[in-house]
Amino acid sequence: MSAAEAYESAETLQNVSTLKSEERRERRTFLGLSIPAVLVIFVVVFLPVLWLSSLSFYNAAGELSMENYARIFESALYKRTFVVTFQISVAVTVICVLLGYPLCYWLTKVSDKTAAILMVFVLVPFWTSVLVRTYAWLVLLQRNGIINSSMMSMGIIDEPLQLAHNLTGSIIGMVHIMLPFLVLPLYATMRTVDTDLVRAAIGLGSSPRGAFWRVFFPMSLPGLFAGIVLVFILSLGFFVTPALLGGGRVQMLAQRIESTITVYSNWGAASALGVVLLLMALVVIWLMNRFFGLDKLFIR
Amino acid sequence: MSSTQSLPIDISGLCKSYGSFKALDDVSLNIAAGEFLTLLGPSGSGKTTLLMALAGFTRPDSGSIRFGDQEVIATPPNKRGLGMVFQSYALFPFMTVAENVAYPLKIRGISKSDQKTRAEHALDTCQLGGYGDRRINQLSGGQRQRVALARAMVFEPRIILMDEPLSALDKKLREHMQIELKALHQKLDATVVYVTHDQREALTMSDRIAVVNHGRIEQIDTPERLYRQPHSFFVADFVGESISLPVEVANDKAHLNGRLLKSGSTIAQGSGGHHLVIRPELLEVTSGAVPETANDLSGHVHDIIYQGESVLVIVKHDSVGEINVRVPANRAGQTGLPSKGERIGLALHPEDTIIVPEHAS
Repeated sequence: MSAAEAYESAETLQNVSTLKSEERRERRTFLGLSIPAVLVIFVVVFLPVLWLSSLSFYNAAGELSMENYARIFESALYKRTFVVTFQISVAVTVICVLLGYPLCYWLTKVSDKTAAILMVFVLVPFWTSVLVRTYAWLVLLQRNGIINSSMMSMGIIDEPLQLAHNLTGSIIGMVHIMLPFLVLPLYATMRTVDTDLVRAAIGLGSSPRGAFWRVFFPMSLPGLFAGIVLVFILSLGFFVTPALLGGGRVQMLAQRIESTITVYSNWGAASALGVVLLLMALVVIWLMNRFFGLDKLFIR
Repeated sequence: MSSTQSLPIDISGLCKSYGSFKALDDVSLNIAAGEFLTLLGPSGSGKTTLLMALAGFTRPDSGSIRFGDQEVIATPPNKRGLGMVFQSYALFPFMTVAENVAYPLKIRGISKSDQKTRAEHALDTCQLGGYGDRRINQLSGGQRQRVALARAMVFEPRIILMDEPLSALDKKLREHMQIELKALHQKLDATVVYVTHDQREALTMSDRIAVVNHGRIEQIDTPERLYRQPHSFFVADFVGESISLPVEVANDKAHLNGRLLKSGSTIAQGSGGHHLVIRPELLEVTSGAVPETANDLSGHVHDIIYQGESVLVIVKHDSVGEINVRVPANRAGQTGLPSKGERIGLALHPEDTIIVPEHAS
């Protein structure tokens, strides 16, 4: 080996170690950037959840027991709360799909400018406080509210309808609040559907209706499932709107948790309910992924 | 199993405007049964609008489209019975290759077993035998294009429309597919209308080419006639490599810088000034003096550019400026080729002298 060659190979070795350390430094930078967020989530989400779930295993006397869970499955009151929570969540999800799907489909058909304006109408309420919107619905839906009085003056109804302080009111308010959660992922997915695909289906002999059901609808399913999961899970734990528009007649799970703490000061029982709610949400996500293969549907 | 017969297409007086923009300006065109016709034009020329009007996705303002002796102007696209191939392939991503190909058969209520055999046959024809169970995202661009072709021909349509089907492929594969498509057309009994902006692709594949510009058909001819006898400056410029020089025309004689140009054919009439169109490969490099029968375009070699299969020589002519000459890169082409700065004899023979008006009459 000549002196020049030796020098060259030493330089090559030097390069290898420099490149390696550069790579390590880059990885450390990315890790460093994500650490604050990870810490925040750990401190404000994971620790409280762990602490609360540990509370659920203590009874009122402060002894370790499964009493709280046993009561959830034995008490008829709790059972009814679960049934009502599920019924409302399913109803809200179904109504959101029925309202949201045609809306999104229409948004893909209008010009980009019109679609942008219409999206603002979807988003402005989305950015408004849930409390404000719920009170607004209360004003609209009450016995002598604008909906009842205008329908009566038009002669559609003789008596004011009972729209607020009951199940109907809760569902109307929740649908309004949940709709953007369905519309946003669904519209995003629909926009990515290549219009040539629908054209191809029609060109090859499908009727426009057939092309919609055989091509467009399956292509929009990932967005629809994402929206359904969001709306359903958010509905399961929803508090403000059913509490205000339900007028105390509608008891959903979150309200039961709240009253267990504020009225009975029973943290153990409330935590057990919270844990069950969390598990239900996880099961829903797992089931959706299992049977509809959310990940598989995204492959293009 | 083939019982179909290709259909002729008669288009007459087709108009389509978007506001004041005329996408189709009184287009009339007859396409023979079994012909491979290419609509060639730059983007925005109206070629895709014309194809979409044939397919039924664009509703023209007026005119007539007949497939055979059937008027289809008001027929919805799904009732026109066309095979279609899209630029984006438009394969259904949630279906397998075989399901994609069988789609038109399924729509037509053909039995499951028939669907299977016919889809397999179509895939074999497109050299994709055994790929039926693959998913679309497991295929390369070229394979996807073949699936799209198989799907367009599986139900034996009498007319197949293709919208720039090869433009997303790389050059080598594109050239290979051009030959393959041409061969496939000869096997199928179908009239093919093909849209492209690639003039070389059009020359390679077509029986006839319709050059479209500003919503009108500038010229419709065989590839060779289009190349050698363009009717207008636009066609001459768009099809093939060329440089053009303005010429004065009087009494059916053309003059370049005051010198009479010897031309083999009568000069086409039209509006606007006339141009001499020089194809770089049609110029002859002469070792001695340029023969009396040819036009003399001799000058000095300005630059020599090696381009693989050929060499481009840029010549500075004394009065008309730069002229490009293409010579083959083989030994015959290179013998006696002058080097930079030297004088080069260039002969343009009368039969290669193309003189066109700015606009065809």
